[in-house]
Amino acid sequence: MSQAGAPLLEVDRVSVRFGAVQALDQVSLAIRRGEIIAIIGPNGAGKTTLLNVISGFYRPTEGRIRFEGRDRTDLAPYDVAALGIARTFQNVALFKGMSVLDNIMTGRLLKMKGSFLLDALYWGPAKAQELEHRAFVERIIDFLEIQAIRKTPAGRLPYGLQKRVELARALAAEPTLLLLDEPMAGMNVEEKEDMCRFILDVNEEFGTTIALIEHDMSVVMDISDHVAALDYGRKIADGTPDEVRRDQAVIDAYLGVSHV
Amino acid sequence: MLDPGVDTFPKLALRTAQRLPRKVAIREKDLGIWQSHTWSQYVEQARLIALGLAALGFARGDKTAVVGDNRPQLYWAMLATQALGGIPVPLYQDSIENEMQYIVGHADARFAVVEDQEQVDKLLHVRQQCPGLEYIIYDDSRGLRHYREACLLSLDDLQERGRKFALEHPAYFDQEVARGAADDLAIILYTSGTTGQPKGTMLSHRNLMVTAQNAITQEGLTSSEEVLAYLPMAWAGDHMFSYAQSLVTGFTTNCPESAATVLADLREIGPTYFFAPPRIWESILTTVMIRIEDASWIKRRMVHLFLALARRVEARRLARRPVGVGDRLLYALGEILVYGPLRDNLGMGRIRIAYTAGEAISPELLGFYRSLGVNVKQVYGMTESSALISIQKDGDVKLDTVGTPLPGVEVRINEAGEVLYRSPGVFLGYHKNPAATAETIEDGWVHSGDAGVFDRDGHLRIVDRARDLGRLADGTIFPPKYLENKLKFSPFIREAVCVGSDRPFATALINIDLGAVGNWAERRGIAYTSYTDLAQRPEVYELIRQEVARVNRSLLDEGTLAGAQIRRFLLLHKELDPDDQEITRTRKVRRGFIGEKYAALIDALYSGADHVKVEAQVTYEDGRTGTVRAEVRIRDAEAFAAGVAP
Repeated sequence: MSQAGAPLLEVDRVSVRFGAVQALDQVSLAIRRGEIIAIIGPNGAGKTTLLNVISGFYRPTEGRIRFEGRDRTDLAPYDVAALGIARTFQNVALFKGMSVLDNIMTGRLLKMKGSFLLDALYWGPAKAQELEHRAFVERIIDFLEIQAIRKTPAGRLPYGLQKRVELARALAAEPTLLLLDEPMAGMNVEEKEDMCRFILDVNEEFGTTIALIEHDMSVVMDISDHVAALDYGRKIADGTPDEVRRDQAVIDAYLGVSHV
Repeated sequence: MLDPGVDTFPKLALRTAQRLPRKVAIREKDLGIWQSHTWSQYVEQARLIALGLAALGFARGDKTAVVGDNRPQLYWAMLATQALGGIPVPLYQDSIENEMQYIVGHADARFAVVEDQEQVDKLLHVRQQCPGLEYIIYDDSRGLRHYREACLLSLDDLQERGRKFALEHPAYFDQEVARGAADDLAIILYTSGTTGQPKGTMLSHRNLMVTAQNAITQEGLTSSEEVLAYLPMAWAGDHMFSYAQSLVTGFTTNCPESAATVLADLREIGPTYFFAPPRIWESILTTVMIRIEDASWIKRRMVHLFLALARRVEARRLARRPVGVGDRLLYALGEILVYGPLRDNLGMGRIRIAYTAGEAISPELLGFYRSLGVNVKQVYGMTESSALISIQKDGDVKLDTVGTPLPGVEVRINEAGEVLYRSPGVFLGYHKNPAATAETIEDGWVHSGDAGVFDRDGHLRIVDRARDLGRLADGTIFPPKYLENKLKFSPFIREAVCVGSDRPFATALINIDLGAVGNWAERRGIAYTSYTDLAQRPEVYELIRQEVARVNRSLLDEGTLAGAQIRRFLLLHKELDPDDQEITRTRKVRRGFIGEKYAALIDALYSGADHVKVEAQVTYEDGRTGTVRAEVRIRDAEAFAAGVAP
């Protein structure tokens, strides 16, 4: 599975400070093309901050971020998205009143070339474009096996399915790098197994590079090619799942050694 | 009888493709859109699969395991296998590995055509134990990109090989099809027995084609039917409806998008011909009722009003009694306001013929759909009879029978009360199990294992499993479960235990329903202190006596069962309770245990006494035990002489 290619994304000595809080402290990380990387760490370690920095939600206080070799530290989130980085959120962020299909279609917005007049008339190129995007979205619906809820308002779905719809929306943007913030939080065992399978399938079928935050260690060890551990904003380990699992600093961070 | 030119399914398919080349043969909802394949495409796809199999070395008599949800590709694979003189063996797609391994091994399957990764994974495991399985061919390649097993092949690859093979052997397909004969083995359907390993029922082309044709003639099916293929392909019913009958008439089979979308797909397709087991009819009804309860009160009232009217009208229609002018006008109004829209909403607006089969359906459930104007009929059959034995005829439906035998099918009831049948659809035997075959087929008659009776109109009524039947001392058939179910049909009776095996007549120990009888007693100002007290009130005895009389009267219409009328009964002083081991947690009566525990009561039923004193151990919720002492009355029930109209 691990096709350890050239780094797709490089985080170079990035620090983020919120007032007196040092959320990230000189973190460097290389995400290689085609891999599944898990970012682990105790609560408050800075995992979500790191994801937010990568996706452009936060601007680092220091350090640089390079994507496909180009510096993109200062881009706004929508520009980052246009580069091919999509994400899901720790708390599901769907349009609750909209159908699943429409929610996923919003993931295609960046790919749509709008002409206000033609779109309003639903005529000519506007219609052709809509059909093309709808066909793409249908492939994702098929892929994630959510045909039965295509027309259901997202807000009426159980939590596990909402997470899956969010993944579908992220995939609709055809990302090169997919960021998943706790994709399996709050799921039961069966839902977790399904989600693991979908993540692996996405990686395998579309070649998408995936960075995910996850607490369930058995999941992390099962699906990731590469694990990075954070604690108090610093990176304390980086390597294969086995290496990280045996790392003393990681064990200490999880079991709680007194930090003086 | 069969036309000698078209005596196998592959020959039939070629003729259908010639007859209706541009007619839609099969549809599949894929990526949200219904994709259609015409009959000429259907045959062409099957031809390419067949040639691909031939390129892999498929020999006549080889078996192909077919596993997956209902998909056009899998139906084509069955036709392709038959075209080469092979035998498809469809498996239940949700079977666990062990079951698949048994069947793949037992059937000696050399090839498997499966839907997706899930089935590939299972079969790769199976293959470790069944090395005879040489090739696994899959339709959906998702997740299989990195599989390197040499035995794996995609359906596209297979068809590509077929194309190449056809260049070198242009006449191969037609030659192989021509070699088939009517009495060749067409399919092996494995049925899971309640005990032991599954048995492989072998059916010939003739079995299936003649049975399909006979049902088509009786039911008036045409090439314009639309069916939804959503029940497992390994089930004889699906094979009959979605494959055999579709090929014979040329009607369209529709494959739903996924198991979860069946109800939505049903609405989109609007089938004209539909089949479902009782549990599906039940779940559709539940969905409807929930939505009705969520509607505004005015709509809710209107729906309930008209549904009650519909039930009343349907009851009269079934009894072939005239419907009053007022009711007829109201029913017409209901058709516009309620029945039509409701049918439409369920996707049943176009149904001409619908079947319920597989197990007994409750008369209320069947009556509900019929009263709405959905022509649901009961079907009786089994894999061994090519799926069909009897179907209720249009305009001759009774809620509690399975109709009259199909043309060409003979049914008789033997001395033991078991239903036997003989028909062109009778199976060739069980695969590699001559002992079981010999046990089941006797002089051409097949033992169904079901106990049944014919009513006075020649309708077959299935009473029980044959092995559960008992006999009175004089040899009269005595079906305890059947009588109990009839008794329990009364709202006042919660449980009943019928006794009669090797006794001079049938008797019943009855549990009243505390809620219903209590309510009834209150309305009549009958005071009572406890369950035991209420059960022994003479008024309650009279109430239940009428219910028993109703059951007895209904038996008059059921041939030999008239002799099994309940002559004496008593009302139990305590409720049968799983805590006391009298019934199981799933509320099945534990006959043997009750026979011992209530021996004194049963003796009294046959001794002519009019009351008996009992003591019974009861276990309270908290686990303590106590003793209930009571005097239980025994009453004679009203019995009716057979042959006299009630």
